[in-house]
Amino acid sequence: MTNFLKVSGFSLLMIGGFSAYSNFGIPQIKPAPPPVEEKLELGAMTMDQFIALGGKIYNEKGTCTLCHNAMGRAPMLDKIGSVAAENLKNPNYKGAAKTVEEYLHESLVKPSAFVVAGFGKAGSNDTESPMPDVSGGGIGLSEAEIAAVIAYLQDSSGSEVTVSIPAMPAAGAETSKAGATAPLKTPEEIIAKYTCGACHVVAGHAVGSQTGTLGPSLARIGATKSREYLRQAILDPDAVIAKGYAAGMMPRTYGEQLKAQELEMLVNYLAGLK
Amino acid sequence: MPIRNTRIIGGAILLAVFAILALPAFTPAANASEAVAPVSAATTATAIPAAQAAAKATDVPDAKAVAYPPAPKLTAADYPTFKGVNSRVAVWLAAQLHLWFGAFVLAVPIFVFIIEAIGMATRDERYDQMAFEFMKVSITAYSLTALLGGLLTFILLLLYPDLFRYLATIFKSSMFAYALLFFAESAILYVYYYGWHWLQGGNKKWVHLTLGLLLNAVGCLLMFLANAWTTFMMSPAAVDAAGVFNGDTWAAIHNFLWNPINIHRLVANVAFGGSIIGAYAAFKFLSARTKEERAHYDWIGYNANFIAIAALLPLPFAGYYLTAEMYAYSQQMGITLMGGVFAWIFIIQAVLIGALFLSANYYLWCGMGRSEGAYRYNSRIKYIAIVLVVAFLVWFTPHTLVLTNAELKSLGGPYHQYLGVLGLMPAKNTAVNFLILFTFMSFMFYRRANKIATASWVTTGNAIQIALFTVGLINITLLGVYYGYFTNTVYKVAASIPQVLTTLTIIVVSTVIDTLMYKGAKEVAPLHWGRMPARSQYALFLLAVAFTWLMGLMGYVRSAIRQHWHVQGVFRDNSVDAFTPDLGYAANIVSIGTILFMAMVMFIFWLNAINSRRVAAKGYWKKPA
Repeated sequence: MTNFLKVSGFSLLMIGGFSAYSNFGIPQIKPAPPPVEEKLELGAMTMDQFIALGGKIYNEKGTCTLCHNAMGRAPMLDKIGSVAAENLKNPNYKGAAKTVEEYLHESLVKPSAFVVAGFGKAGSNDTESPMPDVSGGGIGLSEAEIAAVIAYLQDSSGSEVTVSIPAMPAAGAETSKAGATAPLKTPEEIIAKYTCGACHVVAGHAVGSQTGTLGPSLARIGATKSREYLRQAILDPDAVIAKGYAAGMMPRTYGEQLKAQELEMLVNYLAGLK
Repeated sequence: MPIRNTRIIGGAILLAVFAILALPAFTPAANASEAVAPVSAATTATAIPAAQAAAKATDVPDAKAVAYPPAPKLTAADYPTFKGVNSRVAVWLAAQLHLWFGAFVLAVPIFVFIIEAIGMATRDERYDQMAFEFMKVSITAYSLTALLGGLLTFILLLLYPDLFRYLATIFKSSMFAYALLFFAESAILYVYYYGWHWLQGGNKKWVHLTLGLLLNAVGCLLMFLANAWTTFMMSPAAVDAAGVFNGDTWAAIHNFLWNPINIHRLVANVAFGGSIIGAYAAFKFLSARTKEERAHYDWIGYNANFIAIAALLPLPFAGYYLTAEMYAYSQQMGITLMGGVFAWIFIIQAVLIGALFLSANYYLWCGMGRSEGAYRYNSRIKYIAIVLVVAFLVWFTPHTLVLTNAELKSLGGPYHQYLGVLGLMPAKNTAVNFLILFTFMSFMFYRRANKIATASWVTTGNAIQIALFTVGLINITLLGVYYGYFTNTVYKVAASIPQVLTTLTIIVVSTVIDTLMYKGAKEVAPLHWGRMPARSQYALFLLAVAFTWLMGLMGYVRSAIRQHWHVQGVFRDNSVDAFTPDLGYAANIVSIGTILFMAMVMFIFWLNAINSRRVAAKGYWKKPA
């Protein structure tokens, strides 16, 4: 028993020592959280902002600086604007680009189209690049983000920025794409789209089975509540909780999702249910 | 009775052979065109009738015909949660415990097979007894391995059902083959263990040894299949950007990192298995009540330590190969591993490996006390110790120092002018080669301690060995200095291969010379097995604990470099645990796992101890009439 306790104590001491060293002997770097797909508001962006966005992607999401740095893992891109024009004329160039902008795009999505001497994959004799396609896999840049990076590379290397800010929405911009669609035309469409009936009884129209009981009945809501109250209840559902119902049940996002026209239409409709 | 036993063994072997033969049926050819190609080639070479060739071709399943779904795009709400259960930690601990036990039960039969063969060759029964004792420890661990494997599957199904479904769809054939092989493994293991004392002498011993070989073959296949599921998550093969699988089972298994992991795990398992058996021997040594018992467990401890160190020496090379392949697969993954948030893990690893080398050497030095002739080498041990400590410190030096602004200013930057280079790979490669060579030197001194060479060319042989070590160490140092200080980053890792080759040359040539030189050598005096201080046994325990903890840590980093991906680049982890934790948190989970594992191991040791106890309960049993 004594030996059992001794070796157990010794083992625990060792394990504790390893743990303590890992907690207090080395810096506790907090890794960055997983990247989120940001909504790009391209429509309101100036070219300077677009270039700045490219710089941000270049340094963060694109992880370009992991290799394109002074350590020599990949070619430096500080003169890429002028170097690209020379590379296009290089006999080893295998791509289809005609302009510097096209060349940069090709370098990002098909990096093996041209491999700078000495930077190819080991054993490939500089015919294959170790760089991944930035539009796929772990990086996953959208076309708009790639365009922003190209604008940044052209600008930071002192070249003329030929990229135009894309009109198309970027990755993660599905919401803004939805936002660009026409407003819904009837209260029934709004109630159906936002599935109000899943939680409330909404009488008086023919949209699905509107018999939810998680929230108060709206069948005669206009008889007791004002327009202001209804507007607030949609935009800030937990501001006033109806007796007998729990807070936090109704989504707080309708203020962002509904268009102003739709909100007013819905409020008027509910106020008319008497 | 012998006929019945023969039938049992025959049945088990048949089952195992059937499972192995059935395996290819579940791993179809890469695709239909590839499947046809060898048949066509065979047709021209051996004139197989066309109809037969066509029949063969149609037998091969058309992988392209199977439509696989894309990787699911999950939200946090898609992951089932249970109050008070952290899903990631639950899977982490279950997987790690299963892996530790799996590594142990797959490793032990490897060296048991070798020890049994040595016993047969030398006709020294002690080897046979020792091999059986190793199996005795392993057989109890086998049940725990299966239980933990079941627990892991259950937790995965419960907490990560979509991930399990996605992988199971791709690997369904190999998972079925895995289950078959598991039955085969169990059947062979039980016959191998329970038939040990029955299958003795003459041809029966050969049958037993063959069973051992079969056990290892099936065990390795099991591990390789499970490795494929893990490595597919790191380097998925035959999938498009949406995660749609468009290959066959073999394509999924034979992914980019499969072989590097197979090699690394195989070598590491042997080292780990040796260290756990060493801990068992140490525990028994400390608890021994007689001189004979102490001598027996000292001998077992020595052999277990030898196995652990023999496998530890090539392990850094296997690790280097794995890392190089990670870089080759994805430079981004490689840099995240070595230069990103995980870089500090390698400093912790250096501490652990330093502890491993120092404890293994310390045990060897203590072991020299068994010999009357060891005094001839005692004065040299301190120099070996100094080299080991310096090498450890070099390996331990981080590339980037954590400095205050004032320190940064006085240093003139984050790197020291001369010592900064010690944080780079050439210096660390140099240090690890020194660690390996000087550990090998310790072992050579230990081996020579009780012998006096009688060969006529001893002086020449010693001179050649000294020259070999001197030139080799100078070569390793020059390579390290040249690539460390005088080349740019891209070429710095290039030092490693010539350094490794130098180390291997020294070890192989020196072993050959030593073996020839000490052939027929005189013994100074019989070795005093059991003449070991108690503290030496704690070195064996340190070896086991450090190995277990290190495996847990490196297992974490292997998995964590996928970051927020279940399957790298195609199947994103959107659970609330998708973030990478800081190293302190990871180390604490590894510590909890190690404590659980060591507690279970101690339980196994205890079971083995009570198994050999016999209590005569006087007056309890009715005497036969």
